[in-house]
Amino acid sequence: MNNTYLWTAVAVMFVFTYLPRVLPLLLVGKRIKSPFLLAFFRYVPYVVLTSLTIPAIFYSTRTVWGAAAGFVTALWLAARNKPMIQVALAGALAVLVTESLLQLI
Amino acid sequence: MRREEFREGLITSIPIALGYLAVSFAFGIHATATGLSPIMSTIISLTSLSSSGQFAGVGIMAAAGSYVELALAVLTINLRYILMSLSLTQKLAPMPLWHKLIIGYAVTDEIYAAAIGRDKDVTRDYYVGLMLLPVLGWTMGTLLGASLGALLPQDVVNALGIALYCMFIALVVPPARKDKSILRAVLLTAALSLALAYLPGVRALSAGWRVILLALAVPAGLAWRDTRAGGTAV
Repeated sequence: MNNTYLWTAVAVMFVFTYLPRVLPLLLVGKRIKSPFLLAFFRYVPYVVLTSLTIPAIFYSTRTVWGAAAGFVTALWLAARNKPMIQVALAGALAVLVTESLLQLI
Repeated sequence: MRREEFREGLITSIPIALGYLAVSFAFGIHATATGLSPIMSTIISLTSLSSSGQFAGVGIMAAAGSYVELALAVLTINLRYILMSLSLTQKLAPMPLWHKLIIGYAVTDEIYAAAIGRDKDVTRDYYVGLMLLPVLGWTMGTLLGASLGALLPQDVVNALGIALYCMFIALVVPPARKDKSILRAVLLTAALSLALAYLPGVRALSAGWRVILLALAVPAGLAWRDTRAGGTAV
């Protein structure tokens, strides 16, 4: 990876993150009315976050078993409406404990 | 400048900033693990301020993906910000253009949620108060994770690799439990994502393209179904 490529990539990320945030603020004064567009945009965040998480979460740590333990822990705590920071740290802790136990076996 | 507005934003943002600090620490570790320098990782966090966008972006950079793939992936993942900013325009106190240029930088899932949940109009000073600590937390957390990650025990670094995904789960599960249509979208996406990742033929598709494809097709299909059935969209 050379530096020109990387810094250009950082700039590309910035531009395509900033534009969708700022353009509506600058251009839109009235409410959007299209029921299709409203429904479309309402689904986007959940579809994006789910497709980023599955299946990648199972490869995010050393073993699939550790990751599965973290996944289940996070699901359980999130279902009980625990705050983001608690879900994230408990998930990581579950991975740490599970993988340490696996190494003992 | 109205100090009480600024203060109110600042206080509301403290839990957001703490969450960002922890999660961006994991991002810093992740980004340096893919070969980026701590400075570059930190500048990515400062300029993008978007966990899912920069997370996918770093993956594409590590795979030396094309600028087109990178731009499309980041844009698609960030399509939701269009909706958030659109709904924010309905609540924003009148302000000059250059103030909107600053506020627009910090429309994130959590900051947006705090602003839209406020019982009063969202003023410039309130929003600036709201964004300052989370931006600081997100940037400093990345710098700390990227530079100190190497000093932590390998087992801990390894376990923190899951933290970002757990944050995504924390954002998705509560609304999915409340709303059947969101639950349906989540389950459908999970099934299709698994199919695209493992079925022969389509499995050659990179993770970045997979997200782009799903983020356009699934919402379009479900929105078409919702509006065709004649039900209300929201």
